[in-house]
Amino acid sequence: MAEGYQELIFWVLFVGMGFAALRVVTTRNVVHAALWLVGTLLGVASMYVLLYADFVGWVQVLVYVGAMVVLMLFGLMLTRAPIGSANFDNNQRLLAAVCAGILFLVTSVIMIQAFEGQEIDFTKNVGTEVEDIGEVIFSVYVLPFEIVSVLLLAALVGSVVISRRDESRVRD
Amino acid sequence: MPVSFFLVLSALLFSIGVYGVLARQHAVLVLLSVELMLNAANINLVAFAAMLGQAGVPGQVFALFIIAVAAAELGVGLAIVILIYRNRQSVDVDQMSLMKW
Repeated sequence: MAEGYQELIFWVLFVGMGFAALRVVTTRNVVHAALWLVGTLLGVASMYVLLYADFVGWVQVLVYVGAMVVLMLFGLMLTRAPIGSANFDNNQRLLAAVCAGILFLVTSVIMIQAFEGQEIDFTKNVGTEVEDIGEVIFSVYVLPFEIVSVLLLAALVGSVVISRRDESRVRD
Repeated sequence: MPVSFFLVLSALLFSIGVYGVLARQHAVLVLLSVELMLNAANINLVAFAAMLGQAGVPGQVFALFIIAVAAAELGVGLAIVILIYRNRQSVDVDQMSLMKW
């Protein structure tokens, strides 16, 4: 693939993801916010594929778009929030926008200066196989991997315990 | 292609997430904005992994770890939001001042 092709895809994704992310934080409808988040997450997944990280991209689509957004939609439905044109923003919007703008400017200036001249070589980079990722996970990072599994189990049990109705209080 | 393009994209997503966390009142929308910030961090990891080529595979591994931790965080976070809704009939983060002195 030619270099210009990838740059074009990058800028299209950049504009699309920026717009979708802005809609996530500005839309007045909670379900629309979740759906715009789907758009942003799909953009991030395409960015991974563009960076030759196919496996991470598909995990993103499966776990984020497939499972977590559905979970969020369930959360929105279960809390029976006023879906519609209610006001979901507090009165610090201007201050928040200023903070976010300053943060963006400072981080991007620092990043651009720190990594000036560092290029991603798309011609010699042919991507990583799932095999490589598996080998690294199960040799170097096997302990973090196990800790993450225990963390997921703890989160599963914990969320069931937290959100369960307290039966003993009802009986008393 | 300069790696800083990807870093600027990730800074943009992170700042939008910060704005969402600061300006939103609905607890689930705050969680949504936190997901935006986690994704920004992941873009950085994968961009550096691509920059380093074969030596950058651990970057992708850590992106996978962050996705798993984000899933755990979202599960517990939504459980807490549902519990708060059940107790107070509201998910407004500005009204959750019970533990504030």
